[in-house]
Amino acid sequence: MAQASRRSGESVWFWILVAPAVLGFLAFNLGPMIESLYLSFTKYDVISPPQYIGVRNYTYLIFNDPAFWPSVIVTAVFAAVSVPLGLISALAVALLLNRKVAGQGVFRTIYFLPSLLPATASGVVWVFIFHPTFGLLNRLLYFVGIEGPAWTQSVTWALPALIIMSLWGFGQPMVIFLAGLQDVPDSLYEAADLDGASRWQQFRNVTLPLITPVLFFNLVMGLIGALKVFDSAYVFGSTSGVGPGGPARATLFYALNLYQKAFSYFHMGLASAMAWLLFLAILALTAFNFWLGKRWVHSE
Amino acid sequence: MNRERSSIFSRITIYALLLAGAVAMLLPLVWMVLTSFKSFEEVLASPPVWLPKRIRWENYREALTTFDFIRYFANSTLVAAVNIAGTLVSCSLAAYAFARLPARGSKLLFALLLSTTMLPAQVTVIPLFSWFSALGLVNTFTPLMLPAWLGTNVFAIFLLRQFFVAIPKDFAEAARVDGASELRILFSVYLPLSKPALLTIAVFTFLGSWNDLWGPLLYLHDESKYTLPIALLNFVGLAGQARGSPWHLVMAVSTVMMLPVVVIFFLAQRRFIEGIAASGIKA
Repeated sequence: MAQASRRSGESVWFWILVAPAVLGFLAFNLGPMIESLYLSFTKYDVISPPQYIGVRNYTYLIFNDPAFWPSVIVTAVFAAVSVPLGLISALAVALLLNRKVAGQGVFRTIYFLPSLLPATASGVVWVFIFHPTFGLLNRLLYFVGIEGPAWTQSVTWALPALIIMSLWGFGQPMVIFLAGLQDVPDSLYEAADLDGASRWQQFRNVTLPLITPVLFFNLVMGLIGALKVFDSAYVFGSTSGVGPGGPARATLFYALNLYQKAFSYFHMGLASAMAWLLFLAILALTAFNFWLGKRWVHSE
Repeated sequence: MNRERSSIFSRITIYALLLAGAVAMLLPLVWMVLTSFKSFEEVLASPPVWLPKRIRWENYREALTTFDFIRYFANSTLVAAVNIAGTLVSCSLAAYAFARLPARGSKLLFALLLSTTMLPAQVTVIPLFSWFSALGLVNTFTPLMLPAWLGTNVFAIFLLRQFFVAIPKDFAEAARVDGASELRILFSVYLPLSKPALLTIAVFTFLGSWNDLWGPLLYLHDESKYTLPIALLNFVGLAGQARGSPWHLVMAVSTVMMLPVVVIFFLAQRRFIEGIAASGIKA
C-alpha cells in the first residue's frame, strides 16, 4: 500500500519536474516543426494568412529558383573540401599531442581556443586578414613575391577564404580525437613495438581501427555543421562590402540563402521547404552514422 | 643506438610541427591585438608596419565610446546570465526526474528530447518568429531567453542525468525518511554533489549565448537592444568611411569581445575539454 502510494507520488513529481522541459519541447521543437512542415506547402509572407499550394514550393526550388542550386553547390564544395581538411588537421594534431610531449596542455589550449571564440569577432578579424591591400595574408604573400588575390571581392577566391577561415576552428574534433586516442590501450602499442611494427604500421593497424567510431562521429558532425554554416558566411559578406552571399553568390551558403528568402524577401513558405530539405539531409546523415556504427561494432 | 637517434629526431620533428601549427593558430589573434594598438596610418601604411610605434590604449577608449559599447556589453551579459540561470534550473529539474523518479513513458520522453538535437534551427525559426511577433515580443530579449528556461538545452539534461544516476540512491532515501520533498532532495543533496557538471553547463551556456549571432539578428532591431555580435557588425558597416573601416578600432572591439571567453576558458579549461569530449563519447 505505502509502496504503491509512493510510486504514484514519484510519478506525480516526475511530471511536475519535467513540465518545463515538456513545454519547451512542444513550444520550441515539436510545434514549430509541424507548423513549418505545413508552411512548406503554402505561400506565406507573414502579413496575409498562409495559402495552400501543394508541392509547388519544392518544385519551384528544384526547377526554377535561380539561387537554390548555386547555394547547394557552394555548400557542397565547402563541405567536400573543408571537412576532410579539418579532420586531417585535427587528427594529425591529436596524434602529435597524444605522444606525451612536454607542454601538451599549452599546445592543446592554443589549438582549441580559436574554435570557442565568438564567430562574429573572429569573422571580422579574418575579413581584415583577407583585406586585399592592408590584410595580413596578402602582405605575407607579397613578402614571398606573390601578389595575392582580392580574397573578399573575388568570385574565385571568396569561398577558399571561407574554407581557410573554417580550418582555424578544428579544435572540437581535435579534442574528441584526443579523447578517443587516450582510450587506445598502451599494451597494444607495446605488443606492436615488440613485433617490430613501424610507426605507420602501428597507426594503420592499431590506432586507426580503434578510433574509427570517433572518426565517423567527427565526420558526420562535420558534414552536418557544414550544411548549417551561417555565421561565418554572413559576417564575411556583410563586413567585406560585398553583401551576404557575395560576391555574385560565391558565398551564398544554403542556410544563408534560406535566411534571405525568409527574412529579406518574406518568402516564408519557400524558406520552410528549404528548411525541410535541409532537415531530411541531416536525418539521412544521422541514419548513415548509426548504420556505420552498427557495422563497425559487428565487425570487431 | 640507431633507434635512440631516430627517436630524438622524431621528437624534434614533432615539436617543430606542433610549434609551426601553434604559430599559425595564434597569428590571427596576435595580428588582431597588434592592429588594435596601431594608429590608422600605421594600419594603412605601405610597406607594412608590423609593430605599432607606440601602444595606443586610447584606441580602446575611442572604440568603446564612439559606439555605445557599455550598453551592448551589458545587454550581452544580461542575456547570458539569464540563460545560464534558466538552463541550470530547468535542466536540473528534468534531469532529476529522469534519473530518480520512475514514471511511465519516462524513457520515451527522454529519447524524444534527445532527438531534438537533430532538428536544425532553420526548421523551427519561421513559426517561432511568427509566434513571437504575434505576441509582440520581437525586439525584446524574451525570444533569446525563454527557451533556456524551458529545458531546451538537451545536452545539459543529458549530462546532469548522468551525474545524478551516479550518486548513490541511499542519499536520497535518507533524506526522504527525514521527510524531505523531492525538490528539497534535489537542491540539498544532488545539486551540491554535481558542481562540476553544473559548471560545465554554465560555461557552455555562456559561450552559446555570448557568441550567438542568429537570435539577435532575427529578434533585436533597436540599436539600444543590440548584443555584442550584432553591434560589432553594425559598427563595421556604419564606420565604413571613405578610407574603409577603421580597422584598428574594429580590432579593439573584437579583442574586448573575445576577452571574457578567453578568461573563462583559462579558468575552466578542464570543463570545456571534458564537455566536448563527452559530446563525442555520447555518440
